[in-house]
Amino acid sequence: MRDEQLLDVIERYLNSEMNADERKAFELLRKENADIDSRVIEHQQFTGLLKQYGERVELENRLNAIHQEIDVHAIAEEVTVHPSWIIQLWRNHHSKISVAASIAIFAVLGTLFFTGYLSNSSTYTELRRKVDILNRSNINLTKSITDIRSRNNTSARITTPDKYRGTGFAITSGGLIATNYHVISDADSVYVQNASGKSFKAKVLYYEAKNDIAILKITDTSFKGLGAIPYTLKRSESDLAENVYTYGYPQDSPVYGDGRVTSSNGLNGDSIDYQISVPINPGNSGGPLLDGKGNIVGIVKAKQTQLEGVHFAIKSSVLLNAIENIPADSLNRKPNLNTKNTLSGLTRTQQIKKLQNYVFMVKVYAKN
Amino acid sequence: MSKELKSSTPTDSEIVFGILNNSESAIKRLYAAYFPMVMQLIINNSGTEDDAKDIYQEAIIVLYNKIKKGDFELSSKLKTFIYSVCRRLWLKRLSQMNRYGGDLKDFQDYSPVDDEIEQHNERDIQFTKMQGALQLLGEPCKTIIEDFYINNRSMQEICESFGYTNADNAKTQKYKCLQRLKKLFFQQK
Repeated sequence: MRDEQLLDVIERYLNSEMNADERKAFELLRKENADIDSRVIEHQQFTGLLKQYGERVELENRLNAIHQEIDVHAIAEEVTVHPSWIIQLWRNHHSKISVAASIAIFAVLGTLFFTGYLSNSSTYTELRRKVDILNRSNINLTKSITDIRSRNNTSARITTPDKYRGTGFAITSGGLIATNYHVISDADSVYVQNASGKSFKAKVLYYEAKNDIAILKITDTSFKGLGAIPYTLKRSESDLAENVYTYGYPQDSPVYGDGRVTSSNGLNGDSIDYQISVPINPGNSGGPLLDGKGNIVGIVKAKQTQLEGVHFAIKSSVLLNAIENIPADSLNRKPNLNTKNTLSGLTRTQQIKKLQNYVFMVKVYAKN
Repeated sequence: MSKELKSSTPTDSEIVFGILNNSESAIKRLYAAYFPMVMQLIINNSGTEDDAKDIYQEAIIVLYNKIKKGDFELSSKLKTFIYSVCRRLWLKRLSQMNRYGGDLKDFQDYSPVDDEIEQHNERDIQFTKMQGALQLLGEPCKTIIEDFYINNRSMQEICESFGYTNADNAKTQKYKCLQRLKKLFFQQK
């Protein structure tokens, strides 16, 4: 049987164009001859695929025709999610915006950095006095001379220079002295010097670094005690614009300065401090701040370097709390605070005269 | 009235039975009902109107074949099925174009339709091969084959339209054409 004829037969068989006898005969042939059987199957599959392909093409044409009738643009317009203009702006330009933003941030930070805005310390200085370098080298020179001398004369005493100076004031007649913590924070040893120039050895009895308060105790054997303290520590807060003054040792001789309470809060709104207009300088730190009646209202502490006349003092209530917080075992008995103010009726000059015996220069010795 | 009916969403069973009965209007209504949904998916995921058309028609074909085969279960929603197929097809298209950014903005629920897509792809490959083979076959073979095997025209009709002197000649010609088509089809990779 030729191929062409076989195909014809197969097609007639698949299209059911055979009569019953013919069909039976062919099915028998198919069963016996595997080759013919596979030809039938192959042809059936191939023409089936062809048919399906035709159907697919037809369906696609139908769908295309349907598609023609639809207003595609209107639907597209309707379903498009229109992001707000700002999001579109971002999508289209985000790389440029990012670059611009980083430049802006750099510029701002750079400016802040170079103008010193970021470093707190540059605008706010604590006012202990660093004894200046020239002075120091001078003393060193003297010291080496003394060293040379001491080889010959062993009785000569070697003195090391003090490193920092501040001010302190007596709070009890027994020799408790209040000053700033930052004055004595690096101390190896501390001496206090009274108005007549006599030095006494002292030790740090108690401090509150957070509030920048330190309490010293004079331990020197030559110290005989002070007379009755003429001032009292004011417990209540001073009013704005109240006249206040300070007295301290920004230099070797005592200096008086007065001004007013200009704010009841300190740097960045710190409520433990006053802002005052009293002129103060390095060395004033730890000095007393008094009101017109001779009550101590605060401890002079620091100033802002970039602004004129912005100075800070710790409120006396903070000092009172600190005194109460002194651990009992570091004292023989509770500090006996003066409650009688003997300055109140006096003029300012008379007040200062009485005051000067109770305000000390604090000299701090440190290794480095 | 008729316009309103047209625009309203047909029920799933209407569509399924309509397609099983070869109803032209069923396909039309199906097409109109869900095209906006697919357009929304494609347009808002970096596609164009033409992409939407291609993807949607492919999905309709998948659905059509599934219904014709009789294995579309009415328990699953037509809408979800179409959306899922379109979503899957579009993801594939996007990754082929290397434009898939990792997330697709979705507007509907979807379900896995991997089997359907798989079947559809296999079939598509066969059809592409067939299309290529028919193209290479050339005239008049292509028309003879299409007329006989696809359009179900009788040998007699073909014989007349091509001006063959007798049906046997036409048959011989058809036989040769078919052999060549098979050869071309199986040669393709």
